[in-house]
Amino acid sequence: MALPQTKQDVTEARLSTLDMPQGASWANALRENALSRLRAVGLPDRRDEYWKYTRPDTLVQAQGPQAALFETQEEDELFGGVERLQIVFVDGVFDAEASDDLSGENVKIERLAEVSQTDIHWAKDLYGVLETRGQTPVARPLATLNTAMATDGVMIHATGKVSKAIHLVYHHKSTSSDAILHHLIKLEDGADLTILESGPAAARFNKVMEVEIADNARFHHVRKQGRDHERVAVTHIFARLGRESAFKSFTLTANGVMTRNECVIELTGDDAIAHVAGAAVGDGDFHHDDTVFITHDAERCESRQVFKKVLRNGATGVFQGKILVKAGAQKTDGYQISQSLLLDGDSQFLAKPELEIYADDVICSHGSTSGAIDEEGLFYLRARGIPESTATDLLTLAFLAEAVQEVEDEGLREDINNRLSGWLERRRG
Amino acid sequence: MLEIKNLHVDLEEEDKTILKGVNLTVEAGKVHAIMGPNGSGKSTLSYVLSGKDGYEVTGGQATLNGEDLLDMEPEERAAAGLFLAFQYPVEIPGVGNMTFLRTAMNAQRKARGEDELSAAEFLKLVREKAKTLKIDAEMLKRPVNVGFSGGEKKRNEILQMAMLEPKMCILDETDSGLDVDAMKLVAEGVNALRDAGRGFLVITHYQRLLDHIKPDVVHIMANGRIIKSGGPELAVEVENNGYADILAEVA
Repeated sequence: MALPQTKQDVTEARLSTLDMPQGASWANALRENALSRLRAVGLPDRRDEYWKYTRPDTLVQAQGPQAALFETQEEDELFGGVERLQIVFVDGVFDAEASDDLSGENVKIERLAEVSQTDIHWAKDLYGVLETRGQTPVARPLATLNTAMATDGVMIHATGKVSKAIHLVYHHKSTSSDAILHHLIKLEDGADLTILESGPAAARFNKVMEVEIADNARFHHVRKQGRDHERVAVTHIFARLGRESAFKSFTLTANGVMTRNECVIELTGDDAIAHVAGAAVGDGDFHHDDTVFITHDAERCESRQVFKKVLRNGATGVFQGKILVKAGAQKTDGYQISQSLLLDGDSQFLAKPELEIYADDVICSHGSTSGAIDEEGLFYLRARGIPESTATDLLTLAFLAEAVQEVEDEGLREDINNRLSGWLERRRG
Repeated sequence: MLEIKNLHVDLEEEDKTILKGVNLTVEAGKVHAIMGPNGSGKSTLSYVLSGKDGYEVTGGQATLNGEDLLDMEPEERAAAGLFLAFQYPVEIPGVGNMTFLRTAMNAQRKARGEDELSAAEFLKLVREKAKTLKIDAEMLKRPVNVGFSGGEKKRNEILQMAMLEPKMCILDETDSGLDVDAMKLVAEGVNALRDAGRGFLVITHYQRLLDHIKPDVVHIMANGRIIKSGGPELAVEVENNGYADILAEVA
């Protein structure tokens, strides 16, 4: 079927502002392939079912919106207490001076901008592969655009336990930056790797992270999205898991007029575990969308989706979460919960939980709720002398706790909790 | 200490009058008990004094050491020294008991212009008080009242009271849902707090609790008013004869 003219126009207008990076022949071929795949489907518009609750306009238009920089005040550096190797991008451009030396034990870290110039590299067999797999049954054209046009990113190859976390730090210094980064992460059998991400990255940010997790490997991911409120961002994680492997991802978001975080996971080896969680705190014209698609294609795998949003002053939260259990994926254990705490009547939470199951011996549960603050609890706290605003914060943190609990590392979890209570407190001031 | 004059209160949603002119004075160092049949307005009185939403004061006043209680937010009343031990303590999932206690103590101290307690000072204090109420470390770590038995919840209320050291304590049917041993333990906790500077208002259905917490004055409340006041013997009379005689006598 031919693409509607309007979609073609929007897609070409966007492409006209971008130059496809040139490199080795394999890289050029993969990019060209992505470009033709994108042209076949076109960029999303609001008539697309998958974009029913989130208007993609600012993410697809030729020029991204301007975004003022956020004054972080006296905030401590996040993850400051963690042993880590920092890789810094400023408005999507690698900053060698600010970054640590990219060498570590059991891990090789390179950059897409360099790797794509070399003739032989493992990335050749993986770049865009999981992104392509993630296009069915639902198209994700912004990820395809990313594969075609990404200017840089990190290529991480972990061969064993990597003792230091790898921290991708995204600074935003230009009010009109438009960044596209594509990370490729490959964990060999038994590898163990933690990726941290923090910062607003750019006025408009399109990021893809493809993660190939071999048998027995463990991947941990904790990210904090930047607070520059006017920034817009679309991110995709594509992960494929082997036997007895684990994937755990947690995202903390406060502020942002447009955030769409997609996470597409395939459990292809038996006894694998995938947990995806998010805590979001939004105020005013905040719009935050978590879209998750988990495919169980092996036996005895476990998946968990835990998403919590606190919304006030007309903020909007969206959750689209799906568990697909393929025929033969017996003993699947799937769990999905999405909840919102609406601090006033103007805010809204739109949830679309889905289960699609073709195996007969599985446990899958899902739930979604929206509620106001518990008045009885609030009065109880106030009757003990806790001011209303502090009491509301305590109940808010308690509400988010189930999602934050998904962060396995105690130190990182503490970091997230401190950051959250600091945010809540400062907003009051 | 606590002075209530001609207090009239309506339920906001139902347009129903609950309190129809309550007069009551609790002096420092004294324990007053309020007894009365179901629906007489006892719990409403405790909620109105502590500032719960849903009630409308249509007349009268209530002061604590001369300060107008009815004009304050619930947290201000607490900081001024008022404490309500809830009939049904609320479960708060996700908020640790210790965090809750420490936040409450320091909020009150801050409101009164006092220094906040350090983590170490707080810990020492809470361990000491918890021990006498047989509250173990495990209970202190759990979320507020979540998964607590009826007795544990009431003991937790008394622990909060012991930590916050209020001037005026209102106990709303603290004996409900307690077995004899638990009631004794709670009563001991309350008795330990009795001193010349502190007033108590004990709301109860049964004389049983008053065997353990000996009141100075007993009031009988019915139909939104205090209809009779007397010494501890009044509680014994109610226990033996019920409320019928007293109600008939007043009518």
